[in-house]
Amino acid sequence: MSATTTLAPPPRLQSALVLRGLLLAGLAILALLPLLNRLPVDSVLHVSDFIVAVTGKWICYGVLALAIDLAWGYAGILSLGHGAFFALGGYAMGMHLMRLIGPRGVYGNPVLPDFMVFLGYAELPWTWWGFSSFPFALLMALLVPGLLAGVVGYLAFRSRITGVYLSIITQAMTYALMLAFFRNDMGFGGNNGFTDFKELLGMPLNSGGTRAMLFYAALAVLGLSLLLCRHITQSKLGRVLVAVRDAESRLRFLGYNTTHVKLSVFVLSAMLAGLAGALYVPLVGIINPGEFSPGNSIEAVIWVAVGGRGTLVGALLGAFSVNALKTWLTSFAPDLWLFVLGGLFVAVTLFLPRGLVGLMSRGPGR
Amino acid sequence: MSGSSLYLDGVSVVFDGFRALNNLSLIIEPGELRAIIGPNGAGKTTMMDIVTGKTRPTTGVVRFGEHDLTRMDEAAIANLGIGRKFQKPTVFDALTVFENLELALKAPRDPWSCLRWVLGAQSRRRIEGVMEEIGLAERARDRAAILSHGQRQWLEIGMLLMQEPQLLLVDEPVAGMTDQETEHTAALLRRIAGQRSVVVVEHDLEFVRALGEKVTVLCEGTVLSEGSIDHVQNDPRVIEVYLGR
Repeated sequence: MSATTTLAPPPRLQSALVLRGLLLAGLAILALLPLLNRLPVDSVLHVSDFIVAVTGKWICYGVLALAIDLAWGYAGILSLGHGAFFALGGYAMGMHLMRLIGPRGVYGNPVLPDFMVFLGYAELPWTWWGFSSFPFALLMALLVPGLLAGVVGYLAFRSRITGVYLSIITQAMTYALMLAFFRNDMGFGGNNGFTDFKELLGMPLNSGGTRAMLFYAALAVLGLSLLLCRHITQSKLGRVLVAVRDAESRLRFLGYNTTHVKLSVFVLSAMLAGLAGALYVPLVGIINPGEFSPGNSIEAVIWVAVGGRGTLVGALLGAFSVNALKTWLTSFAPDLWLFVLGGLFVAVTLFLPRGLVGLMSRGPGR
Repeated sequence: MSGSSLYLDGVSVVFDGFRALNNLSLIIEPGELRAIIGPNGAGKTTMMDIVTGKTRPTTGVVRFGEHDLTRMDEAAIANLGIGRKFQKPTVFDALTVFENLELALKAPRDPWSCLRWVLGAQSRRRIEGVMEEIGLAERARDRAAILSHGQRQWLEIGMLLMQEPQLLLVDEPVAGMTDQETEHTAALLRRIAGQRSVVVVEHDLEFVRALGEKVTVLCEGTVLSEGSIDHVQNDPRVIEVYLGR
């Protein structure tokens, strides 16, 4: 055994190197896409606007997948409501974009967004105060999901609610928020949500240059999120998270307050999801209560399961591959998608418990 | 070593009308090694649950030094210096032997400190020392999942040592062990005691004899007899309910 290890790295290390290579190659290709988009249309290497727009979306989904993986893959907290944190982050950014429309709206009101004029609002509701500032909106995109996760998590973890019960509570949370945001009198645009954004940070949203900037901003956030998650999972805290997942009660008898551990990782995960939503909205140009639908949260969990939970590369691989499949399939058979998604989840659970990453690495996973 | 003593007085636990513990009183002095035996359902494991905060007593006093254990949660009690080894060995399978011991090492336990934790040379030596003591030095980089049953038991005892507890509660440490492993474990426990109090719950009377210390016999949630192994084995009440037929 020791003779062979001096000749070649052990299989686990080898596959880790392969995965890291794949990851770097993937990120490099993503970074090239907006540049290739600038090439003349008749060039072989030209990448269409559609591809850039759709991969920009996937990058945001990648950040969401990392957030879910940190909570579920490492700490064993299966949240079926992470779509809510994503949507709240998206709404915070959407509110900022709405304020920036100013007098360019249909009704030309310099302060109130169109839907408020239409609904007969006299003045801006307090919930909208401060959102004309970009830093404030960004802060809220982190704080609001973090606070919600803090309250829900504190109540659930303190009462030692785990497993399927926690999943149901988080699912109910996103469903309740969806119903609330559908109501016009919430003051968040009802079922139409927000759209028709004009600009962000002084740059027109319909220009190719701005879209490329947004794409790179999202990619940078993805890279930083990956580094942050890596830093956490490779620290002793990362091993504590794995211990919470595998034997929480044993860890308590070792003197760890597992409620605090789970709460910290859940809040951080929700903030990452909120950030992903905040990046997503200017890229796609719309946010509405549909983003809260329970199906979205479940789909995001399936990305992570397909890619391989408990590995950061797996979460990204899952987010990109499942969404690529979805984009391809829904272009000609949209009705089939939910069946394929469900089938995929069953197949992965039965045959690939460690996901696509498990195909590549032989050794026992974390 | 100036440790605290464990003091249980008039402790009763009632589950749905069933009295798992019935007016149990017990004192464990600092540095004492005590074996607790008793038939199934005598309340041995419930007694450990009470001390470690897993179960709350219906009535009674449970103190460790000046601390009231009935008001503290598991983590706080563990941080007071009370360690527990479960009947079924529970180690963290996905982590290596070294990582298991590192998690148990006495150090700040809050998430932020764990994130910023750097393993110092002194801590590393301590972990290596314990790995020697439990005979797992060769397995440092192996995942706990692939250890044998006996090795998992020792790893768990090693994790308790890393916590530097003042009081160690050990539930059936030799269940499922070979004779040789049992001997090794008895020696390990004797070495640990003296520096700290150890309470061992065990069915195996040969093992209790090998420990050679004071024995408490529990029956129906209360103390039936206490003394040396020869004393309790000759106590007619013990013979009637537990040993004899």
